[in-house]
Amino acid sequence: MDAINWHSMFFLLFAGLACSFALAVVCTSNVVRMAFFLILSLAATAGLFFLAGADFVGAMQLVLYVGGTLVLLVFGVMLTAQSPFVSIRTSGGDWVLAAMVGGSLLAILVPSALVIGERANQAPGQAVAPTIKSASAGPAAETPSDALPAPPVESRPTATRIGQALLGVRVDKLTEQDETVRNGLSGYLLPFEIASIHLLVVLVGAAFLARAKRRAKSKFSDA
Amino acid sequence: MWLLTEPVGLSHYLIVGAIMFVSGAVCMATKRNALGVLMGIELVLNGANINFVAFGSDFLSRNPSYGIGLDGQVIAIFVIVLAAAEAAVALAIVLNFYNNYSTVDVDQADELKG
Repeated sequence: MDAINWHSMFFLLFAGLACSFALAVVCTSNVVRMAFFLILSLAATAGLFFLAGADFVGAMQLVLYVGGTLVLLVFGVMLTAQSPFVSIRTSGGDWVLAAMVGGSLLAILVPSALVIGERANQAPGQAVAPTIKSASAGPAAETPSDALPAPPVESRPTATRIGQALLGVRVDKLTEQDETVRNGLSGYLLPFEIASIHLLVVLVGAAFLARAKRRAKSKFSDA
Repeated sequence: MWLLTEPVGLSHYLIVGAIMFVSGAVCMATKRNALGVLMGIELVLNGANINFVAFGSDFLSRNPSYGIGLDGQVIAIFVIVLAAAEAAVALAIVLNFYNNYSTVDVDQADELKG
């Protein structure tokens, strides 16, 4: 019995929470419960980001998604939660069709995910083994984990590197050998500016769309 | 039990992302409440985000030439920001529809049907 890998254990915890609450969002028909399950699922996803070493993205997921977008959605739910709309039933035929489409999509995605994961664990020049590593493989079996040393376990904060990449400096690619490739890695300054203008336009547009319209006749009735 | 003792790899993250993506797609297809459709979109974007972060992580793949480095995390941040913008506009449209038609059932929005 090997020692328990705590990274794997917390991964299983957060992955189980994220997947089960995502399925709960699909299965419930009450829109208030859907919003609550969605909040829990996205918060568990932030835990997955932390476990992948993406601390800044995880924090942004919590702050922007769970704290901002989901609160917006909950406000929408509260503003439209009249009793006939809280739970609108879907017909059984739609459920069968959606389950068939979703199941076939999952049946395509999961084997490709397994193959890509196998490939990512192999040395660069090594041919891809057609067999998927099974749980019953003995310690003497040639496993892809022997091909390369384990990835480094120390974690460096990513906020500085991401901030400098958004300002146009890729500090993680300064040692790139190829001159043309290094010139192409000029950071994300232009997408950053486009995103900021886009956010301004979106906020003005959303405020314009959702403004309270005053009818002409109410002006006289109020007076 | 072997899941608890083996290190987590790239495929684990990809499977979680696939499950969240499919849940979101099914949610978008089956919900008749417009806000439910919006929640499905959020789930789909999160499934894609998990894939981006997983490919950009240094800890999940042993082959260093396989990851996309910091690009994955930066793209994930852009996806989060654009999802916030998309939710704001879509919510404004839904509230406008609710003000004009007094319903949030997307099956009732058939005025453009030919």
